[in-house]
Formats: sequence, structure tokens, C-alpha cells
Amino acid sequence: MRYIILSTILLAASGFVMAQTAVPPSEDVLDVRVRNLAQQLRCLVCQNETLADSQADLATDLKRQIREQMKAGKTDKEILAFLTDRYGDFVLYRPPVKRTTYLLWFGPFLLLGFGLFALFRYIKYRRETIHDEPLSAAERQRAGELLNPITEKEHA
Amino acid sequence: MRYAIPLIIFLGLVVFLAIGLNRDPHEVPSPLINKAAPTFHLAQLHQPNKQFSTEEMRGKVWLLNVYASWCISCRDEHPYLLGLAKTGAVPIYGLNWKDKREDAISWLDELGNPYVLSVSDLDGRIAIDYGVYGAPETYVIDKNGVIRFKQIGPIIPEVLEKTILPLVRDLNK
Repeated sequence: MRYIILSTILLAASGFVMAQTAVPPSEDVLDVRVRNLAQQLRCLVCQNETLADSQADLATDLKRQIREQMKAGKTDKEILAFLTDRYGDFVLYRPPVKRTTYLLWFGPFLLLGFGLFALFRYIKYRRETIHDEPLSAAERQRAGELLNPITEKEHA
Repeated sequence: MRYAIPLIIFLGLVVFLAIGLNRDPHEVPSPLINKAAPTFHLAQLHQPNKQFSTEEMRGKVWLLNVYASWCISCRDEHPYLLGLAKTGAVPIYGLNWKDKREDAISWLDELGNPYVLSVSDLDGRIAIDYGVYGAPETYVIDKNGVIRFKQIGPIIPEVLEKTILPLVRDLNK
């Protein structure tokens, strides 16, 4: 029994090792790299799709160029520069932080700040205008009657 | 006063949305304006054994028009290009984009040929260099080989009269 379990584990392990060595790594690694980069890029034909998902002709051409440049040893950064030189920052799904995009990047925090400011102002205003007034003995008894009418009746 | 602040916020939003709605998201501003037009050497459409190079155009103001026989808007644009070519105001060169050679030639035979010559960009590489993402697109290139204007989509008479022709006249001075 022991031998069977042991040999099964060894067999499984060897299969795993074989699977790892059987595929040529470079093409596979390249596929993943192209995909990763293409997912950060906008397809210019169908603008709400990434380059990775798009089936448009231009997207296919661009992916081919990305792949060729990767094969030629270009870094992702160089390839992004190649694309933005031609198509502008619009191809990037994550726009770079620069003067024209400050409002885009920091605007939401500005709005959050405004919102928090308005909220605090409102809470402060409420605290100052609404005062707690303790109930008198008669009011307390009346409230009790209203809240527990049944128990009151049972006592009576 | 109670309603003033929400009203102001609402009006602000309306202004932003109105601006947003009146912009065409398909017109992506080209970063190549006022930059050197990418150089290329490509085979000519009608005489594929002959090359055409952008270098030959130094000292001239010219139009580079990206077209293809499979492109529907190119057909709409075509009569205006023919009209422009007839006036001789500016030479038009065609970049035949990802087209079959025979298709392009029969397309031009059928509709007329406004181009001084066309070059074949069979795999679309040069088009990518020019940031082309849909035909037709037209570039106005000056004497120093700098792109001065890009028209995305067909050249309509209004654009031709108000923008392209005055610009060409200016650049030829």
C-alpha cells in the first residue's frame, strides 16, 4: 500500500516536471507579456475595449507590433512610449499624472474634502441649534402609558 | 437661498455634461501635430517596382490621404478629393491602407484617381507610425516635412474651405 501511494506521488511529480519542461518558455512568456501590456491599452477603434480583448483589425496589428518589439528586446516602458508617441495618452487606460490630468487624478479627493467639510459643518450646526430637554415627571408617565398600553391594562 | 446651492451645483453639472455631449469621442487628438511626419519608403500602387519616399516631398506642401477600397467613408470623401485635385491647389498623395492591390486599382478606376500617386501599406505598419486608427484620415504636411494638421474622417467641403485650403495657402507663402 505504501509503495502504491509513494509511486503515485512520484509519478504525479514527474508529470509536473515534464509539463514544465515540455513547453518552449519564450513564446509562452511572450504571450503573457503581450497580454499584460495589451490589457492596459485602449483599442482606438472600439474605445471601450482593451487592446487585449479587441478583435478589431488595428488591434491585431498593434498586438503584432508589440510582440515584435518585445522580441527585439524592448522594455514595456519603451513600447508604451512608442504607442503614446503615435496615438497620444488616450491609448493608456491609466493616464499619466501631469498638469493637464491633475484635476482627473486629484479631483475626487477634492470632492471628498468638500463633502467632509459640509458634513462636519452640518453636524456642528445641528449640535448648536438642537438642545436636549429632559422630560418632566408627567411627560415621562404619559410616554410610559403610550409605550406599554397592554401591561398598564393588565395591572389595572 | 435653501435651493440656491443645489441649483448652482446642478447648473454646473449641466454645463459639464453639455460640453461632454458635444465632443466627438472618436476624434482623438493626434500627438503628431507639429512634429516631423514619419518617413517611409513604400512601393507605389500602380508601379509596385517603383518606390516612393517622403524625402521626395521636401520643399513642398502636400496632403497625405489614408484610404482603402474597403472603407465606406472613403467613398463619400472621394468626390471632394477629385474636386480638390482638379483645382491643383495642393498635391494629394494616397496611402492605400491594408488593401489588396487589385481592389485598390479597380476602385480608383471606377471612381477616378485624385492622387499624384498612391503607395501600398499592405501590413499597416506605416499607418501605425502615423497614428492612423480609421480611414479616411488626411495629413497636411509642410515644406519641412512637419505635420501641420490632421483631419480624422472624411474631408467635407467645410473643413476644406475653412481649414485646409487657408492653411495650405499660408504654408506656401
